[in-house]
Amino acid sequence: MITATNLTKRYGDKTAVDDLTFSVRPGVVTGFLGPNGAGKSTTMRMIVGLDRPTSGTVTVGGRAYVDQAAPMHAIGALLEARAVHTARSAYDHLLALGATTGLGRRRVDEVVDLVGLREVAHQRAGGFSLGMGQRLGIASALLGDPEVVMLDEPVNGLDLDGIRWIRGLLRSLAGEGRTVFVSSHQMSEMALTAEHLVAVGRGRLLADVSVAEMLASTDSGTVRVGTPYATELAELLAGEGVQITSSERHVLSVVGRSSEQIGAVALLHGLVLHELTPQRATLEEAFIAMTGDDVEYRSQTIDDTSRRAA
Amino acid sequence: MSTEVRTTPSPTRPVVGTREVTQWRVVVSEWVKLRSLRSTLWTLGAACVALVGLGVLIAYVRTTQTALDTGPGPGTSDPTATALAGVNFGQLAIGVLGVLVVTGEYSTGMIRATLTAVPRRLPVLWAKSAVFAVVTLAVSLVSVVAAFFGAQAILSGSDLQTTFGADGVARAVVGAALYLTVVGLLGMGLGWMLRSTAGAIAALFALLLVVPVVFGLLPASWNDTVGPYLPNNAGQAVMTVAGDGSLLPPWTGFAVFCGYAALALVAGAVRLVRRDA
Repeated sequence: MITATNLTKRYGDKTAVDDLTFSVRPGVVTGFLGPNGAGKSTTMRMIVGLDRPTSGTVTVGGRAYVDQAAPMHAIGALLEARAVHTARSAYDHLLALGATTGLGRRRVDEVVDLVGLREVAHQRAGGFSLGMGQRLGIASALLGDPEVVMLDEPVNGLDLDGIRWIRGLLRSLAGEGRTVFVSSHQMSEMALTAEHLVAVGRGRLLADVSVAEMLASTDSGTVRVGTPYATELAELLAGEGVQITSSERHVLSVVGRSSEQIGAVALLHGLVLHELTPQRATLEEAFIAMTGDDVEYRSQTIDDTSRRAA
Repeated sequence: MSTEVRTTPSPTRPVVGTREVTQWRVVVSEWVKLRSLRSTLWTLGAACVALVGLGVLIAYVRTTQTALDTGPGPGTSDPTATALAGVNFGQLAIGVLGVLVVTGEYSTGMIRATLTAVPRRLPVLWAKSAVFAVVTLAVSLVSVVAAFFGAQAILSGSDLQTTFGADGVARAVVGAALYLTVVGLLGMGLGWMLRSTAGAIAALFALLLVVPVVFGLLPASWNDTVGPYLPNNAGQAVMTVAGDGSLLPPWTGFAVFCGYAALALVAGAVRLVRRDA
């Protein structure tokens, strides 16, 4: 459980995190969503006590991080920037971290195998690829058998196998009752792993909802129907509260009838259907619909894009 | 990448023992860190070679010059100072190691992992200092004792013969090892203060090598009053068998030198605790 209350961080006159209040619950994967520069990494650094909040508080398991007796058991974190001495081997890195909390070689061996770094464990971490570095970071995070796992952009630099592995890992960690908090600037990645979303833009909270809620909130109830008998079917379906539009030949968009009802009508009248698809909003569409009036988020995104293009 | 992707992770394995962070565990962690870097071996090895090698070399050079009249300068007519000729070089290696032990964590980002594991932060500073001091003291002590006996083996029978039991000799030899250790701690303190390798090494060398030269340019009355309290001069006192009167008494000088290192460590500790990592 992570609880942030009015969390604020200012650097000079720039406000990186602005009055964030949210909590991350155990047992589900919670996505921390926002464009680059939205304050996700700063928030995560405050959660593990690397940065001190300008005001507000954040606790892990009900305690401020500095008061954790067994910090590596309370939370395991992978931060965005690398946190490994480049000249030390991966194995010694984990051994040194584990030693602070009384863990020895047995546990280091376990996590090395878990993340698949066995063959390179005794090589200098400075020579690791981005993906191997991420795996080492994840090994460090899992070392203390933590109740809260917090990963900043964990899929960065991973290949497809690695990304699939991370998704499975996150779900299984949540399934074990742990709190899993994962940041990403990619909506599509969140859609695949997260059940709950905390979204921020320019340091401010935009949304704190479950993925299902967010999708339901924008569900238009439209059903797409493909049939060569479009005209006949449209006549049969017509009725009060039913809207039927057609933007292309042989295809209808029906609002006000469920796909089950449409299928039954078609069968009853012997009309062939080529397609019968309830139209769901993608998470991205849902997110934009939900935060659409928040100009800050969008202008931030545009800023980022134009800056990158420049 | 040659690693395998595991599809069935099992991070739930129960971990035996309590998981609290203790000062002793942080000491163990810092020991693992120190011994697992090749730079530790290189710098300590370099210090070792400088201390023993130069001591023996200068002693050998002295035997070829016995006919010449030598002035009273340190390292020439004083047999212990001859054996300890390598300290001036050894201190550079050990000072750099002290800096690197700290700033290496900042330059690589390791400090984030370290402070996430030990959120109260100060135990890291104490543990690093303790592990570094013990290791450095052991290496320096072995080196300077070897340098002394190596040099004496060459000088025996010459006008520079002395014994370990002679007045002030044992204190000077052990004092040299203590001085080297404190140079390293001074380097660590500067590392915590400045968080930058280049900055901390520059500051350390300036303090040890440049400040005495600058003060040497000042009017004699100033230099005579302040001079003995400068870091380098204060530190020299403890490893000088018979001072020429310009130095503080041995242990007073050493205490003053320790004061500099303590000041740097305290300032570093304040920065460590107060500032975002």
